[in-house]
Amino acid sequence: MMVSFFDQFASPSYLGIPLIAIAIALPWVLYPTPSSRWINNRLITAQEWFINRSTNQLMMPLSVQGHKWALLLTSLMIFLITINMLGLLPYTFTPTTQLSLNMGFAVPLWLATVIIGMRNQPTVALGHLLPEGTPIPLIPVLIIIETISLFIRPLALGVRLTANLTAGHLLIQLIATAVFVLLPMMPTVAILTAAVLFLLTLLEVAVAMIQAYVFVLLLSLYLQENT
Amino acid sequence: MADKPVALAQKKLMDVKLGQLPSWLGTRDFTPNGLLGSVRGGYERYYNKYINVKRGGIGGIAMFIAGYIALSYLWEYDHIKHDRWRKYH
Repeated sequence: MMVSFFDQFASPSYLGIPLIAIAIALPWVLYPTPSSRWINNRLITAQEWFINRSTNQLMMPLSVQGHKWALLLTSLMIFLITINMLGLLPYTFTPTTQLSLNMGFAVPLWLATVIIGMRNQPTVALGHLLPEGTPIPLIPVLIIIETISLFIRPLALGVRLTANLTAGHLLIQLIATAVFVLLPMMPTVAILTAAVLFLLTLLEVAVAMIQAYVFVLLLSLYLQENT
Repeated sequence: MADKPVALAQKKLMDVKLGQLPSWLGTRDFTPNGLLGSVRGGYERYYNKYINVKRGGIGGIAMFIAGYIALSYLWEYDHIKHDRWRKYH
C-alpha cells in the first residue's frame, strides 16, 4: 500500500463508524443553548456577543427580504469556522477538506439565491448579465461571459474552501516532516524550518477563519444581488 | 461505619462493588432511548460542573478538546501505524 501525504484526507472509520460523523456533529456540542437566566455563563456570553456582532455585520448590506437568511448564514459561518479551527488540532479530521461537503453547501445555497432572483424580479436578475455602459458590439460576447461566470460561482465557492484548507494542511504536514527529518542531520536548519512551521500554523489559523467568512460573505453578496 | 442501604439500581458506578458489577449492568437501560438519555445526562453533568459556573475558565473546553484529540488519535491509529513503520524501513 502506497503511503502518501494525501492519506490524511481519507475519511477515517473505526469499527465501521466514520470519524467524519463525529467531526461534523462536534460544533453543535461546543455551542450550548443560552438558558433563560439574566446573566449566562462566560462561554455563552462570549458566544452570544460574537454571534450578534457577526450577524449584524452580515445583514447590513442586505434588504429586509434578505434578512430571512440571517439564521442560515450565521449558523453556516459558525459551523465552518469551528470545523476549520478544530481541524488544526493534532490527529483531527477536517470535514471541509472534502470537496463533497463544500459543494453540498455551495450548490444548493447558490441555486437558491438564483431562483429567488428569477422568481421575484426576473428582469433585474437577467439584467445582471450585462454590466452598464458596455459598448454595443461587445454585448453578445459579454452576455456569454457573464453567464459562464454565473454558473461557475458554486464551483468556485466549493473549490475555494476545499483547496485552501487542503493546501494548508498539506503544507503543515510537509514542513513538519522536513523538520523531523532534518533534526538529527542539521539542527540549525531544523530550527529555522521549525520557525517557518510556527508562522505557517499562525497563517493556517487565520486562513481557517477567513475562508469561512469569505464563503458566507460571497453568498450574502449573491443574495443581495437577487433580493 | 455502615452506609444507608440503597437499591442496586440507584447506585452510581463508583459506589458499586466489584462483585455486584454484572448485576448492576443488568439494571441499566440499554435501549436506544436509554442510551440517548445517558449521553444527555453525561453532557448535562459535564456542562453544569465545568462550563455553567460563575467564573468558568478555559479548563472546561480544554478538557473536552483534549478528549477529542485522544478520540481522533484512536480513530486514526490504524493509518498512523503505517507512518511509523514506513519511517523504519
